[in-house]
Amino acid sequence: MRVIAWLVEGTWPACVDAVRTYAPHASEVVLLHVSGEEVPGVAHGAFAGLLGRGHPWGRPPAEGWGRDPGDLLADLGGTSAAELLDAAAARLGRPCTRLERGGRVEREVVAAAEGADLLVLARDGDRERLGPRSLGPAARFAVDHAPCPVLLVWPETAPDLTTMPPPPPPPSPLPHSPHHR
Amino acid sequence: MAVPAAGVAVAVGAIPLGHARAEAERLGPVVGFLAAVLVLAHFCDAEGLFRACGAWTARWARGRPVRLLTAVFALASAITAVLSLDATVVLLTPVVFATAARTGVRPKPHVYACTHLSNTASLLLPVSNLTNLLAFTASGLSFTRFAALMALPWLVAIGAEYVVFRRFFARDLAAAAPSPRTGEPPGLPLFALVTVACTLAGFVVASTFGVEPVWAALAGALVLAGRALVRRTATPLTVVRAAAPAFLAFVLALAIVVRAVVDNGLAGALGHVLPGGTGLPALLAVAALAAVLANLINNLPAVLVLLPLTAPAGPGAVLAVLLGVNIGPNLTYAGSLATLLWRRIVHQHEHGVDLEEFTRLGLLAVPSALLPAVVALWGALQAL
Repeated sequence: MRVIAWLVEGTWPACVDAVRTYAPHASEVVLLHVSGEEVPGVAHGAFAGLLGRGHPWGRPPAEGWGRDPGDLLADLGGTSAAELLDAAAARLGRPCTRLERGGRVEREVVAAAEGADLLVLARDGDRERLGPRSLGPAARFAVDHAPCPVLLVWPETAPDLTTMPPPPPPPSPLPHSPHHR
Repeated sequence: MAVPAAGVAVAVGAIPLGHARAEAERLGPVVGFLAAVLVLAHFCDAEGLFRACGAWTARWARGRPVRLLTAVFALASAITAVLSLDATVVLLTPVVFATAARTGVRPKPHVYACTHLSNTASLLLPVSNLTNLLAFTASGLSFTRFAALMALPWLVAIGAEYVVFRRFFARDLAAAAPSPRTGEPPGLPLFALVTVACTLAGFVVASTFGVEPVWAALAGALVLAGRALVRRTATPLTVVRAAAPAFLAFVLALAIVVRAVVDNGLAGALGHVLPGGTGLPALLAVAALAAVLANLINNLPAVLVLLPLTAPAGPGAVLAVLLGVNIGPNLTYAGSLATLLWRRIVHQHEHGVDLEEFTRLGLLAVPSALLPAVVALWGALQAL
């Protein structure tokens, strides 16, 4: 059995714990982290907004005021992803494979889940109440498009049932139509 | 590219050589001021000030995302105000990203905060933004009066951004970090801190005695650069590079090109749109127009275009222009449509950025910050 655990900053321990609890011992476990291009992109944009500092044609220099901070963020992101996967592997305490990907996060997750027998992921939305808002856009996309069974876990204890909205009121009897008078 | 364009403008007679020279002479002190601030920020980084700031925020936040956001807001606002927006974008953003990643916090809200505050928090001092330096010389205000008038708008704008960020990124900020590693206690870059504090005090003293504040900035830059030279951690070439000479040339050339455009008809066209007076409606209209123009053609040309038109109406109108051109660029990715188009042309596509999310945040943050900031400026003008 091949199990993919998609790990995200802040919520990954719940996924690792779910693998320990639910995946059979003989499973092949893959710990997946996807670095989005979005955060470096924001820094690229901020630097581009500083008119006249960058190098519109050539490659930016490695240091000094002409250095694009977005490039540095992309490098730093790779390092921190490796550290996250190390911490997760230590918490798992079983043999596993570490997989780092970069790109559009939700699509990379779906692609990585191809051929797997289980995808483990954590809710990334509102965790105060039960309901559809507990899934953010990325997890929603992965759940909707996963080509394999999905195990969706709460990062902490799940909210209790009272957080559900009240059921809709029973349909009221139709008012009498005028011509029945 | 602006340098050859300025050469062409002079050569074809779009701007008389005398006007071009006058423009360059007028901007000489501004460019010197800018160079001094860039050198100061560069050597603060070399002394480890930014790394230490990252470590302090990590220790204070203890892996809690909301606390980290608060710390990043305070830090980015202070760095932008004192060491300019370049320092926040180029030097602080990577430090903040590394701090968030190291403590297991999702970095997105914090990196966004750096980019937004590099604009919004650049209202306070003439040195915070090149647009301010340009307006400062045109407004005739003293350094301390500029800061006194802008203090309230600065605080109000940052507060508005904070409220918007807490709501907009509520989901990312709720993701608790599993194992906050605060790392080694940072060394205190005392020399850099004292130099920056003395430079700030120098601005106040210089302005009290009627001395140009550029001398205080130059003194601060020379102290830090001199120390690095004596300790052989820097060469004269490093110091020259820290002053970004290509950028300084760009600023002068851009000013000449813009002057040529303004002289050849733009002044007349915009003169009809710009309201006169310094009542609240007029200030709001000026700030809104400045924000729109900054989003179309970038804030540097926008401020160069609007300054000669608003300076006669007094410092209130000039400061309203600054509110518009400094806060406005948060609306458009890469600061303006012109830059965005240019990046499309040279194939620096932004595959990764969710332009819809970026713009949605800008549409919330820019009006929420700009509107109360203009009201605060109007209040400060009445009270002071």
